[in-house]
Amino acid sequence: MIPELGYFSLTLAMVLCVLLFIFPMWGAHTGNLRLMRAAPSLAVGQFIFVLLSFAALIYASLTDDFTVAYVAHHSSSTLPWYYKITSTWGGHEGAILLWLVMQAGWTAAVALMSKSLPWPLRARVLGVLGFLAVGFMLYTLLMSSPFDRLLPYYPVEGRDLNPLLQDPGMIIHPPLLYMGYVGLSVSFAFAIAALLTGQLDNLWAKWSRPWTMAAWGFLTLGITIGSWWAYAELGWGGWWFWDPVENASLMPWLVATALLHSLAVTEKRGIFKSWTVLLAIAAFSLSLLGTFIVRSGIIVSVHAFASDPDRGMFILAFLAIVVGGGLTLYALRAGHVSSEGRYSLFSREVALWLNNILLVVATLIVLLGTLLPMIHKELGLGSISIGEPFFNQMFTYLIVPFALLLGAAPLLRWKQNKLKQVAGKYGLGVIIALVLTAAWLFSSFAKVSAITFMATALALWIMVMSAQDLLQKTAQAQSIKRLGLSYWAMQLGHIGLALVIMSVALTSAYSTERDVRVVPGEQVALGGYDFRFDGVKVIRGPNYTGHAGVVTVFKQGEQETVLHAEKRRYDIGMQFMTEAAVDAGLSRDLYLALGEQLTGGAWSLRIYHKPFVRVMWLGGILIALAGFIVLFDRRYRRRNPKEAQA
Amino acid sequence: MNPRRKKRLLTIIALLFGLSSAVALTLYALQENINLFYTPSELINGKGPELEKPSVGQKLRIGGMVVPGSVKRDENSLFVEFKLIDSGPMVTIRYKGILPDLFREGQGIVAQGTLIESDVIEAFEVLAKHDEEYMPEEVAEAVKGIKHQKPTYNNNGY
Repeated sequence: MIPELGYFSLTLAMVLCVLLFIFPMWGAHTGNLRLMRAAPSLAVGQFIFVLLSFAALIYASLTDDFTVAYVAHHSSSTLPWYYKITSTWGGHEGAILLWLVMQAGWTAAVALMSKSLPWPLRARVLGVLGFLAVGFMLYTLLMSSPFDRLLPYYPVEGRDLNPLLQDPGMIIHPPLLYMGYVGLSVSFAFAIAALLTGQLDNLWAKWSRPWTMAAWGFLTLGITIGSWWAYAELGWGGWWFWDPVENASLMPWLVATALLHSLAVTEKRGIFKSWTVLLAIAAFSLSLLGTFIVRSGIIVSVHAFASDPDRGMFILAFLAIVVGGGLTLYALRAGHVSSEGRYSLFSREVALWLNNILLVVATLIVLLGTLLPMIHKELGLGSISIGEPFFNQMFTYLIVPFALLLGAAPLLRWKQNKLKQVAGKYGLGVIIALVLTAAWLFSSFAKVSAITFMATALALWIMVMSAQDLLQKTAQAQSIKRLGLSYWAMQLGHIGLALVIMSVALTSAYSTERDVRVVPGEQVALGGYDFRFDGVKVIRGPNYTGHAGVVTVFKQGEQETVLHAEKRRYDIGMQFMTEAAVDAGLSRDLYLALGEQLTGGAWSLRIYHKPFVRVMWLGGILIALAGFIVLFDRRYRRRNPKEAQA
Repeated sequence: MNPRRKKRLLTIIALLFGLSSAVALTLYALQENINLFYTPSELINGKGPELEKPSVGQKLRIGGMVVPGSVKRDENSLFVEFKLIDSGPMVTIRYKGILPDLFREGQGIVAQGTLIESDVIEAFEVLAKHDEEYMPEEVAEAVKGIKHQKPTYNNNGY
């Protein structure tokens, strides 16, 4: 009964969404205020019904209702309760329902927090969001309902959740990523609404900015957690595979990053307007493209968890409507937008413009590398794969100008600068970055390659320039307190990126690994540590059995820690899973994965020593934080309409 | 030329320059890093209408089924050698390292590596997917002639 109520509830939500699309759009078109005023209540109403529907699925999963096909395929009675909850988004149908919950949540949030917007704009933003929700709800109800029953013959036990997904990282990774993907629909809705109303000014940019920042923050956090999950769970010690699914999340992130920089220019200077709108359309389109790639099964990927070509076609059609519609509207309206601001070549405007160009180029590279194998195959030219080196090489080329620019740009003023004013600071920055890099790397590592040196120097250059900028700004503002949260967010985001660059450079250059064959009592040395294999013991979990390899780690004869690297065999489906043991630290991770049992009591064991790998996720979290603290900036908490105008 | 036009011209030149160098670099990097996919019989008999064969030293990906009884492990190291088959001849894969959790005789796998003899590949990566019933799509297509088989619900999931 409950699952049927869930389905019914979703149907009601869709009816409300249809109204949410029609009423405010028509109202805004005819100037009917009463119709426009209906939008916020409709938005909140559909959120409540979607939430009820989601609760029904969670209930079915928690009560082991295996008559529900989705629960039978993605859960089991022995699964711990928290994984029963997360199993509701471990499969395709549930994941799309989660997407709907997020979509409905963002829509309700916009409805409640946009009181200061003029009605025509507010109504249209909500109308566009309503339209998008209708598309996804139609898809869920018609093609991918998680509430379908397996009656009258239903299994007594479920097929269990994919062991790969039985991990804490997986509890939070999809919701965060979806918050980001779907959040970009708000930026998209603002862009479309602005094109419809013709109000493309800095006030519009100011309203759209906090939403974009929030969505971008979630996306950043989602990608960071995803990388950490892949590292901890896939057992290969890698943190980024340039896998199509990862690329699908990276592309909207790159464009959203460009978008929020461009929004800053539009808000502050009233220029780049149509470019900003185009980026907003592109960012959400890439989110949809990502969903298409992941869900259509067109690409073989290590984690394409569910795939079905028919569903892919629906998403492709929806993508075509959204992208095509958005771009057509853009073509019709953007030509009328005029920019009046003037600026010289050596100015902050140009620096941010270059930032945008580099980010867009990076996106195109990822797009090319992701889609080319697909196209190649569909044209009947055979299967190809584009290896990681392609992406690594291209991103290495791009990060150099990007990081140089990133360090230099914050010191530039709007409109116009004289080189004399900043040349001294740049010179000092270069010298400090080079000296620090040389002192650090040559004292810590035996061998320093040119590329490692360069990347580390770039990271330090960003940090040094951020510090210089902070000193200068504090001197001007007289007090640190007067700088405003937006400024701190910028600093935090930039330092976060510097940490990521540094971590990637060092961990790529200095990680060491060994695959060894060990018998109990044998010792292996790696990265200044000694690993003693003490044998294996049998383990038993709630829904798996397996072996744990016990390894004692020594540093210069002193015991450092004892690690248990597990090889699990899940009862249902008999899947094997390597559960790596990680001794985490800021300066290095020790990572152990147990291989297979060999002859003569021996086991294969993979050992990694990964310096500074954790700094990367720390950097990612800092970048995400930047997106969130902006929301608390006084400028965006506009209770007082006068303040909003200021 | 008025300053506005001049600025536009400069912008366009910069854009074109950036774009062309980006395209050149990308094509170069792509050329280096595209790996073609073969099945054992394609490797031996040639692939496509022109029956192109890969040359020794080329990097490639190969997918097929692990021939039962062909897996030979070294006693003292992690070196392993096995044969892959699809519908015709067999190819030998050499690999040193830990095999994935789901590597098994009779299972479909994909290996990435360098061709060192006309029918021997030294792999640096061996992949098997985390699903008992799984066979990599490329292998399924090559072995059974199945193309874009729509997953039934039982098979759905991961």
